[in-house]
Amino acid sequence: MIEAVSLLGRRAIAAFVRAGRRARFLAQVLMHTGASLKRPRLTLREIYFSGVMSLVIIMVSGMFVGMVLGLQGFETLQKYGAQEQMGVLAALSLVRELGPVVSALLFASRAGSAITAEIGLMKTTEQLKAMDMMAIDPIARVVAPRFWAGVISMPLLAALFSAAGIFGAFVVAKILIGIDGGVFWGNMQAAVDVRYDVLNGVVKSVVFGVAIATIATFEGFDADPTAEGVSAATTRTVVTSALSVLALDLVLTGFMLRTPH
Amino acid sequence: MEKSKYDFWVGLFIIGGFLALAFLALQVGDLNSERTRATYNVEARFENIGGLKFKAPVKSAGVLVGRVTDIRFDNQKFQAVATLALDAGYKFPKDTSASILTSGLLGEVYVGLDAGGDDKMLGAGDKITLTQSAVVLERLIGQMMFSKASEGAGDKDKK
Repeated sequence: MIEAVSLLGRRAIAAFVRAGRRARFLAQVLMHTGASLKRPRLTLREIYFSGVMSLVIIMVSGMFVGMVLGLQGFETLQKYGAQEQMGVLAALSLVRELGPVVSALLFASRAGSAITAEIGLMKTTEQLKAMDMMAIDPIARVVAPRFWAGVISMPLLAALFSAAGIFGAFVVAKILIGIDGGVFWGNMQAAVDVRYDVLNGVVKSVVFGVAIATIATFEGFDADPTAEGVSAATTRTVVTSALSVLALDLVLTGFMLRTPH
Repeated sequence: MEKSKYDFWVGLFIIGGFLALAFLALQVGDLNSERTRATYNVEARFENIGGLKFKAPVKSAGVLVGRVTDIRFDNQKFQAVATLALDAGYKFPKDTSASILTSGLLGEVYVGLDAGGDDKMLGAGDKITLTQSAVVLERLIGQMMFSKASEGAGDKDKK
């Protein structure tokens, strides 16, 4: 009994210590941003690897999610004779929720895991130590560009996801179901508010980008310098990012969904 | 600045991302027709606004001419005060009347404007004095049942 309680206590203390170290790591990364901004080419290269290379998975998934939304939405809306509202349903759920959240989950597993594995392997092969020896700060040289690449890529990817999804829903509505295009876009434009829907979606994806980039770089930097350590760190990145994204989404939605009155 | 093979693709990615954002704002959210149009506010007082909501449309002759931008409760007169933002391109006479209507039985609630015959036009901050409240279905049914009941009672007296 006492053993179980102290185990719980140990776990809690370890979790708090980890959270504190993560916060300190984020502060360190932000402090070294200036140094890495002097060499924007490094960040550009990382945007290529985490942003551009994720394009295919993001666009194709967005398209599929939009098409499924179209079909499922039509099925239910038809019962109430409101199938013209399908565009509204697809656009609002994509722009507000699915775009930022699903693209963040995909980004965490596609790019976040790669960042962790890369930094973890650099640590294992003592490249980070070698940089330190040459008076190059590994946080400025390795971590900060990857962090900013994640923060910049995430909102762009989420916007592309939503756009591809709405296009997918439009294709389903127009070709499979036969809803008039003008009705589809017209109802959508009447219901979607740029400030409350589109902008809030962008804010969400920026927050998710910061969360995923922090977790991915921290786990890589913090990994045990062994093969098992890197593999465990990569797993932790995907699990922690997914849980943080979903939890943050709940909190952000709670703040955002307040009607103006 | 040295060049690298990544430049082109990163540039394309950023352009694509911003194009997607522009698509969401303009085509999906219809930014250009919602925000940039100039409007002027008029106030209308109602005894009962029913299910009227913030951002509900204001229509005249069935055409969208503005939106409801604020709904308040006046604690002195115990009336609802709705602020209507009307499109600056449309002018209405001073004696225009406002009524709260519903499109269809279950449709959205909107404010309907019926133009009057006054020479002077409504300006910013003016008040619409002629208003008609929302029809509350429950009260209507209640009235009908009450009148039916009294009719029945009257019949009995005759006998």
